[in-house]
Parts: sequence; C-alpha cells; structure tokens
Amino acid sequence: MKRTLIFILILLFNISIVYAKDEVFITLSSTTSTDNSGLLDYLIPKFKNKTGINVRVIAVGTGRALLLGERGDADLVLVHHKPSEEKFISKGFGIERRDVMYNDYVIIGPKNDPANIKHLKKAVDAFKLISQSGIPFISRGDESGTHKKERELWELTGVDIDAYSGDWYREAGAGMGATLNIANAMNAYTMSDRGTWLSFKNRDQLTLLFENDPPLFNQYGIILVSPERYEHVKHKEAKLFSDWLTSAEGQQAIADFTLEGQQLFFPNASREVATSVMK
Amino acid sequence: MNDFSQAFAKALQLIFQLDPALLEIIGLSLRVSLTAVFIASLIGLPLGAALALYKFPGRGIIVALLNAFMGLPPVVVGLVVYLILSRSGPLGVLGLLFTPTAMIIAQVCLITPIVAALTRQTIMDANDEYHEQLRALGAKASRMMKTLLWETRFSLMTGVFAGFGRAIAEVGAVLIVGGNINHATRVMTTAIALETRKGDIELALALGIILITLSLIVTSLVMSAKHAAYQYHS
Repeated sequence: MKRTLIFILILLFNISIVYAKDEVFITLSSTTSTDNSGLLDYLIPKFKNKTGINVRVIAVGTGRALLLGERGDADLVLVHHKPSEEKFISKGFGIERRDVMYNDYVIIGPKNDPANIKHLKKAVDAFKLISQSGIPFISRGDESGTHKKERELWELTGVDIDAYSGDWYREAGAGMGATLNIANAMNAYTMSDRGTWLSFKNRDQLTLLFENDPPLFNQYGIILVSPERYEHVKHKEAKLFSDWLTSAEGQQAIADFTLEGQQLFFPNASREVATSVMK
Repeated sequence: MNDFSQAFAKALQLIFQLDPALLEIIGLSLRVSLTAVFIASLIGLPLGAALALYKFPGRGIIVALLNAFMGLPPVVVGLVVYLILSRSGPLGVLGLLFTPTAMIIAQVCLITPIVAALTRQTIMDANDEYHEQLRALGAKASRMMKTLLWETRFSLMTGVFAGFGRAIAEVGAVLIVGGNINHATRVMTTAIALETRKGDIELALALGIILITLSLIVTSLVMSAKHAAYQYHS
C-alpha cells in the first residue's frame, strides 16, 4: 500500500515538472561579483515590474560567462574584462557592447599586515611588497575578470609570478568568496572586488588594507549575444534589458544600490556601441 | 563547537519559519532527485537483472563499465550533459539547458549505474539460491527475471536508495547543467555551495543540517514501509 503511495508521489512530482511555470525570461550570464553582492537581485525586480520579463542569472566567472554566450547558452552577458569582451565581439558572438558601470578592487590581508602595504599609495607597490614578503597571496586562478585584472597588475610589477606558483603565489581555481575563505584560513593576502568583500561574512582576522588607486577600477560592459549567430536568442527582450540598464532609470537604480551603507557600483553608461572592434 | 550550535539554531529557525525560499529549494531538490531515482530504477532494475540472468557476448565489458561508472565524478557527468544540451551541442535545439529537466538527466546518468550494478549483484545471489527450484518449475529466463525482481524487492530498495542518496547529495552536475538560478534551478546542494562561497558558513551549515535531516526522513519513510510490507508477507 505504502509502495503504491510512494509511486503515486513520484508520479506527481513528474507531472509538476511538466507543468512548470511558464514565464517570459531571458538568460543573463554574469559574474559572481554582480550576483553575490545582491546588485542583480535588486535590479531585476525593477526591470520585471516595468516589462514583465524575468532575468535568469547564471553567475560564473567572466571567462565562463563569455563562453556561455559563445555557445549560445545565454541571451546576453554582463562582464568586466574589456579585452576579452572585444575578442568576443570580433569573433562574431556578440553585438552592441555598452559600458554600464564600474566598481573597484581592494587588497585584503591579515590585520597585522606583515607585508606593510597599508600606507602605500600605488597598487603596484603594494603587490611588489607582498611578493617580497613571502606571505602567501591567493589568486583566483580561474580565468575570471578579477583573475585577469590581478595578472595585469602583477605584470606591471615585473615579478614573474609563474615562477612562484605553488610557493607563495597560490592559485585557488575558485570564485571570489571561496578565495577569501582560503585567504582567511591561510592568513594570506588576496585581491577582491569591493562588493564580494563587503558581503563576505567569514572574515575573522582578514581586513581591507589597500584601496582607491585607479588601476584597481573595473569597468563592466553588457553585450547582446548575436541573433545572427544564434537564431534562438531572445534578442528583443535582451535588448530591452540592455536599454533599461543603460537608461537614466537603470543607471539611477545602480547608484541607489548600497551594501552596508556603501555604494558599490558607479554607473557610467555610454549609449554608443563599441564600433571600433566591429567588422 | 560554537559554529555548530549556531548553525543548528539557524537550521531550526529556518524550518519553523517555513521560509518560502527554503521550501522552494527543498521542493525542487526532492522533485529532481526523486524523479531521477524513478527513471534510473526504470532503466537500472531490468538492466541489472538482465545482466545477471542472460549470457551474451560483451556482457563482461558492460558489467565492468557499470561497476566503474558507479564512481562517476558528478562534475564530469555535468560537463558532458552540458556539452550535449548546450545550444551548440547535439541536443541544443531542445532548449533544456538550465532547466530542472537537464538536472534530472544528469542525475539519471549518475545513478543508473549504481542501481543497475547493485541490482545485478542482488539478482545473481538470489539466482544462485533459487535457480534449481525455478528451473524445476519450468520457468523461462524472462519469467525468472520477473520472479527474482519481485522476490528480492526489499533488497533492491537498498540499491535504489543508494542512488537517491547520491542524487540528493551531489552538487557538481546540477551546478553545471542547472546554473543555480534563483527560483528556477537552485537546489539544496547548490545553495549550500553558494552560501559557502559568500562566506556565510552558518547559513551553509544550517542548510546542510536540513539536507541531512531530509535524507533521513525520506530513508526512514521507505524503511518503515519496507518493514511493514515485510511483516505483512511473513
């Protein structure tokens, strides 16, 4: 008798899947920094109220977010690494890139600051001192936008970090939060976007040691997946989201979003399309 | 220990508040994994029994593969299913990626080998025991298969629930093919991974406690049903 009951239950679960909710939605592949900070959870309901379109977010690193676009698995991408974005467009996967906003990176480390970077003025100098101290530095190591930015900063220092991989330079191959968890456990330095850091709860002895140097600023762009390349993409709806995000209303909403009383993302949309890289 | 007591308090709080977001995630976890187990059993039970009773060329290889696939890494299964269901993949036109259906497919791939391999072992043992009797009654192989599956149904439940345990606990496959989309494909394990990433260890651990409790409830329900049925029969 109970077996029959279980059987029926399972059948019901099946049926409920077949009749899963039917809504208009677009798929946005984006980065963990926009999603984990709560920005997208804040913006999407506003957009949905206006247009009735829901936005489903796949939050991964910039590298994978672009790959999802390349394979046609997302309708648009919101990422932060301009060279990769331009490559994405020049290969014909994306169209109409627009600047949306920027945020910034901060350097996180142990409270006692063994590498003594707290009073420095330039991010590059901070990285140099960390490399000289031998204190572990945890890199994302996952080809994300943050990882690429960090590699660029290391290049500016002239330190050949690959030579120290596995020594003091540790590549976590993980998201920002996971990387911060490791830095916490190892009493190490790391570079994080401000949003993830502010919403990160497992801090213990970690603290913000360095901030506010222009090389640490980080531009976000939104790109539509090319409807010529992939006929199935919801181009019209995706464009509505891109339009809204770069409109006065969307830009204001970005500016209004705060975490722990701090503004995280600074709107700077330009309506023009990055034509320089378009064929 | 403080971490654990805090997490436990948080878990109780979440359960008693009947947090709607939590209920949604629990519901989807159960739906996906129970459906996956149901489909995996439809395939795995007859497959395992057939491998135990029929002799045909290549059987050894299939059995070896099945045993090896019991330990398939979920991430690899997720990746393969992703490549197949991706818009650029062979089944991309179906548009199944990032849906619960995709998650069910991945879990079916993951647990069918477990159900089949354990079924094969159970049926083989039973066959050793009953073979002469059944043969004396003039049973054909197909008839024997049905009889043995029915006679060993209580033991087979163990295999089925080994599959369920794996399905409800895995994160690698559902994360890749589901995408952990809020209100669409977020399940218990991907929510736990997300909260860990965000450094909210307390909430992550609380969700973990709830997940384990959930497995416990499902398993004990089945165990008691099995027990009741067993008593009824004997």
